[in-house]
Amino acid sequence: MDLALLISIVAVAIQAGVSLVYATVGEIFTERSGVLNLGVEGMMIMGAVTAFAAAYHSGSAWLGVLTAVAVGAALALIHAFLTITLRADQVVSGLALTIFGSGLASFLGQRLGPGGKPLVGLVGPRFMPVELPVLSEIPVVGKALFAQNVLVYIMYVLVPVAAYWIYKTRPGLHLRAVGENPATADALGIGVFRTRYAYTVFGGMLVGLGGAALSLAYTPGWTENITGGRGWIAIALVIFALWDPWRALLGALLFGGVNAIQFRLQAAGTTIPAPFLNMLPYLFTILVLTIVTVYESVSKRVGAPAALGLPYVRGERTG
Amino acid sequence: MAIPKPRNNSGADATAQRRIQRIEMCDIVKRFPGVLANDRVCFDVKAGEVHALLGENGAGKSTLMRQLFGLYKPDEGEILIDGQRVEFNSPADAIRAGIGMIHQHFMLVPTLTVTQNVALGLKSSREPLTDLDVVAKRVRQLSEEYGLKVDPDAYIWQLSVGEQQRVEILKALYRNASMIILDEPTAVLTPQEVKDLFATLRRMVQEGHGLVFISHKLYEVLAISDRVTVLRDGRVIGTRETKDVTRDELARMMVGREVKRLRAQPQQAGEPLLQIRALRAMGDRGTEALRGIDLEVRSGEIVGIAGVSGNGQRELAECLGGLRKATAGTILVAGKDLTHASVQQRLQAGLAYIPEERMRDGAIKEFSVLENMFLLDHASPKYTHGIFLDFRRMREHAAALVKEYTVKTPSLETPIKNLSGGNIQKTIMARELSREPRVLVAAQPSRGIDIGATEYIHQRLLEQRASGQAILLISEDLDEVQALSDRIAVMYEGRIVGIVGRGQATAEQLGLMMAGVPMEEAMGAAPTAPTAEQPIEVSSVV
Repeated sequence: MDLALLISIVAVAIQAGVSLVYATVGEIFTERSGVLNLGVEGMMIMGAVTAFAAAYHSGSAWLGVLTAVAVGAALALIHAFLTITLRADQVVSGLALTIFGSGLASFLGQRLGPGGKPLVGLVGPRFMPVELPVLSEIPVVGKALFAQNVLVYIMYVLVPVAAYWIYKTRPGLHLRAVGENPATADALGIGVFRTRYAYTVFGGMLVGLGGAALSLAYTPGWTENITGGRGWIAIALVIFALWDPWRALLGALLFGGVNAIQFRLQAAGTTIPAPFLNMLPYLFTILVLTIVTVYESVSKRVGAPAALGLPYVRGERTG
Repeated sequence: MAIPKPRNNSGADATAQRRIQRIEMCDIVKRFPGVLANDRVCFDVKAGEVHALLGENGAGKSTLMRQLFGLYKPDEGEILIDGQRVEFNSPADAIRAGIGMIHQHFMLVPTLTVTQNVALGLKSSREPLTDLDVVAKRVRQLSEEYGLKVDPDAYIWQLSVGEQQRVEILKALYRNASMIILDEPTAVLTPQEVKDLFATLRRMVQEGHGLVFISHKLYEVLAISDRVTVLRDGRVIGTRETKDVTRDELARMMVGREVKRLRAQPQQAGEPLLQIRALRAMGDRGTEALRGIDLEVRSGEIVGIAGVSGNGQRELAECLGGLRKATAGTILVAGKDLTHASVQQRLQAGLAYIPEERMRDGAIKEFSVLENMFLLDHASPKYTHGIFLDFRRMREHAAALVKEYTVKTPSLETPIKNLSGGNIQKTIMARELSREPRVLVAAQPSRGIDIGATEYIHQRLLEQRASGQAILLISEDLDEVQALSDRIAVMYEGRIVGIVGRGQATAEQLGLMMAGVPMEEAMGAAPTAPTAEQPIEVSSVV
């Protein structure tokens, strides 16, 4: 394989992976606080449709991003209210959110175009690749890493900051404590409800941003089912990542890479039928999950936050 | 309404905080749906004393202290600190006021280090970053000062239960708690660890801390406290100076009647019914939990397994009950190899199993008492017509069992989760023993159960023994093991480190073996003279 091809695959892998990184890191924050939000797919697709619609009508891609973030936050707030305050089942609430989000996005896609027409096929503002001075001149990797759109650059900042936040700061320590043992956190004066609300909503914002990254950069425009199950992939990647942002980045880029190779193969005119190639990234996900789960069952300590999925009631005895 | 107050910056800055001299709780009433947990309870604790709160499970001890710690709000009554009325809306308020609580289930985050656990919830001097090096320094200082040995950089999951408890105490001290509540602190400790804990508590009292010591163990209360208040059914039965009361008097106050002291009388054992040979099994964490167990239990014999929690007892019980796979070795019941038998085959071979986790492995919470009684026998032709259940027969049989085993339940249709721990255990025992098994494995049969029910369960075990059953009694309660067993096997790190006959070893010597000291050495150690702390005479009551 020649170098140019490799570089282009890396570049495409990053473009394909960026929406996943946002969604996965968002879900990591949410799950670290002990809240399982299976509504990622719904929030992501709602982020995608509202981002494109807002950008199209305002002419500003940035306004699209802001809209998607707000929509993600609002949907996550519904989940937070249902599961934290009302203590509804987190799985049921999350699934409902996905079904609701997917349906509503589809509906909005039919109506949010000019004059109530569909959005499909419209061309709107988008984030174009920007070559960073100096950095993009770095031999070999420069073009692959630093000739990307701005959402990719934000991702470069987000991942280290997220990891630093979780492991090195006091709020991060509190976040982990709430997800592992809310009763302990509560007894020490850490607001369990407050923390869970904050990170559920923040997670929703990142997931919404992930949706915007699809409709404003990776596959600009609106098409039905634009996410293609990426929300679910993100949930799988959270487990692959063992709730660690760096590993989430790795997982998302691997997924993006498989995606990129798959497109290359199709473009190269292989005889393998396209649907099989389309399956590749998903097969890859299943494979990775299997391996991680086997590995995890051996070393039990690096697992899910202990209180993941469990509502917290003060004074109720656990354990 | 929470009153926002400036939070203590860090432990080091807050040392100037004034010590509480006296806490009074007056006429506290706390109701839960259907239960009056505290009925006009008055309680006080002063600086420089250990005030024991004694009572059976469900007497309202923990409920009372949870109100002092801000976990519950009293329905009536008031709490005074040095004469000032206070109202706590959360544990954080109580901590700020200088109260600490060491819970029975530790409030620690296993995936964080000792230092991180101590620092949780406190402002750091380098916001928003952590100042763990500062915290670690002070933790070292405190642990030296109070004799609480623990590595500040260790992860909680790496620590023994005793060490985890020390972290809890350090947490309270770090927050300058001057009044500290200890909820059944000895339940999980070895006799040696109890000694260390008591030494620490005495040090704390000397430093001017006031301690509330919640317990249902009489000898501990007699050994450590200055005053003792007995609670029964949510009411205060009395408060006494410890030096003025006897153990029998306390037992009477606690139970409300004279308590029989059950002890197994010597009896000739018959042929071996349960034989375990070189049994090995893996634990949940993937390490080997059983490393070659050899044990025999004969007809008409109770063999007690003593040991500190987590040394393979649970895995042993699960292997016998068929809930865990043995990786090597054999299990024989009445000569029949059951090592890899299904649970069904084990039952048919005459093995009965009273599991440690009675709500998880022994009963189905939402099912009625009746249904729980028939979890094993629902397929027996006695109670079925084809695919239909003969409810009339079942009800008759269950009613007889409820009566025989004195299960207190409103009806046979009551979901079992609504019964007390003692009555749930009696239901499980009724189910298992009515099958007339030949071998009974009883894991922690009296854990978390009140004295009355414990007394009944012990009596029942002795009756089963008299009728020729072979009983393996696995218990972390050394007193229980000593009172009932013909032979005591001590487990340590997945092995049996020694087997001693009835009365051949003191609690002290057993304690040494439980801590890993080889039998020869432990038995050679000069037994310390019996004191109030370590009585040689034990009974099912303590």
